Amino acid sequence: MMAPFLKYGVFGSETSLVVAFLLGIGFGFALERAGFGSARKLVSQFYLDDLAVFKVMFTAIVTAMLGVTYLSWIGFLNLSLVYLVPTNLLPQIVGGLVLGAGFVIGGYCPGTALAATATGRVDALTYGAGLYVGTLLFAEAYPLVKGLHTATPMGQTTIPQYFNLPYGLVVFAVVLMALGGFAGAGWVEKKMATQRTIEPTAS
Amino acid sequence: MVSNTHVSRAPAPYSNPYLAGIGLGLVLLAAFVFVGRGLGASGGVSAVVASGLHAVAPEHAHRLEWLSGRLAGDASPLKEWLVFEGMGVVLGALLSGLLARRAMVVVEKGPRVSRRARLLMAFFGGSLMAVGAAFAGGCTSGQALTGGALLNLGSWAFMLMVFAGAYAVATFVKWQWR
Repeated sequence: MMAPFLKYGVFGSETSLVVAFLLGIGFGFALERAGFGSARKLVSQFYLDDLAVFKVMFTAIVTAMLGVTYLSWIGFLNLSLVYLVPTNLLPQIVGGLVLGAGFVIGGYCPGTALAATATGRVDALTYGAGLYVGTLLFAEAYPLVKGLHTATPMGQTTIPQYFNLPYGLVVFAVVLMALGGFAGAGWVEKKMATQRTIEPTAS
Repeated sequence: MVSNTHVSRAPAPYSNPYLAGIGLGLVLLAAFVFVGRGLGASGGVSAVVASGLHAVAPEHAHRLEWLSGRLAGDASPLKEWLVFEGMGVVLGALLSGLLARRAMVVVEKGPRVSRRARLLMAFFGGSLMAVGAAFAGGCTSGQALTGGALLNLGSWAFMLMVFAGAYAVATFVKWQWR
């Protein structure tokens, strides 16, 4: 085992901030390449005429998932040292619904709003202001919402662990599901009357 | 009347989504391999809010249970992994946007909505999203993308609900986009 490098002391936590910056550059570059610096492109997912959000997200998930699977299989990556956000099912379901609504109302999610602000989208700037205000409101109102926020704690758990399934089988199922989803996405885009992909704003 | 010079100045089309997705997935994989964590965004917002509030009203900030953890040590709450990653996102997106001539000051909106209404809706959506991310312990990056690739149970439940919530509301805000 060699990776994660930070956990095996290949570099320290100060250096990890430099790594964070470099990874962020790659993250932002990929988001903008995909068209995710544009709210019109992002929300088209929810009007079904351009399903790039689904395609990009699931391609990224499958790519990283397969990478993690193979790298841990050959003994290079110690998966137990990769941080897993603990599951709190109820607040995550409620949070997901609220966040989804905010996505189509606001036009961005927090990461894409950064990419959009960087490339001059003024609406991403007011979206970002909303993020700060919402976060502050949540912090101020925390005594009222703490019950829901900490409900149904299930600890760090994965789908294979929870359903007692072999890890590889779940990976295989996700790959099949994604491939089916990609085929389905192409079909839906063809079915939509407008059949347009959202292109960059011409100046 | 499309001359060659005009074509070369027009914004380049976006990448193939599958290629962009592979690129994004490799960045995520690199994060797992190098630091043992995934990508994120909303945590950086919390760090900035904690830092800002601490600067204005330090005692009050320490009393807020949800933020106080970020103010516990001696270091600034801004000395946080996601803050540095976020600064990288800004630079990376700007680079990509400039290379493709897509960086420009513009309001993203449909034809039927005023700029002011769109900016207000963006603000409202942003504040909703912050609350959703706070409940869920992460956003589309930290939960859906990162947790999705790690087969995290809660992340997958969250991700399905994000799509459900967005599709449920889409018809009510169609005037904003179409």
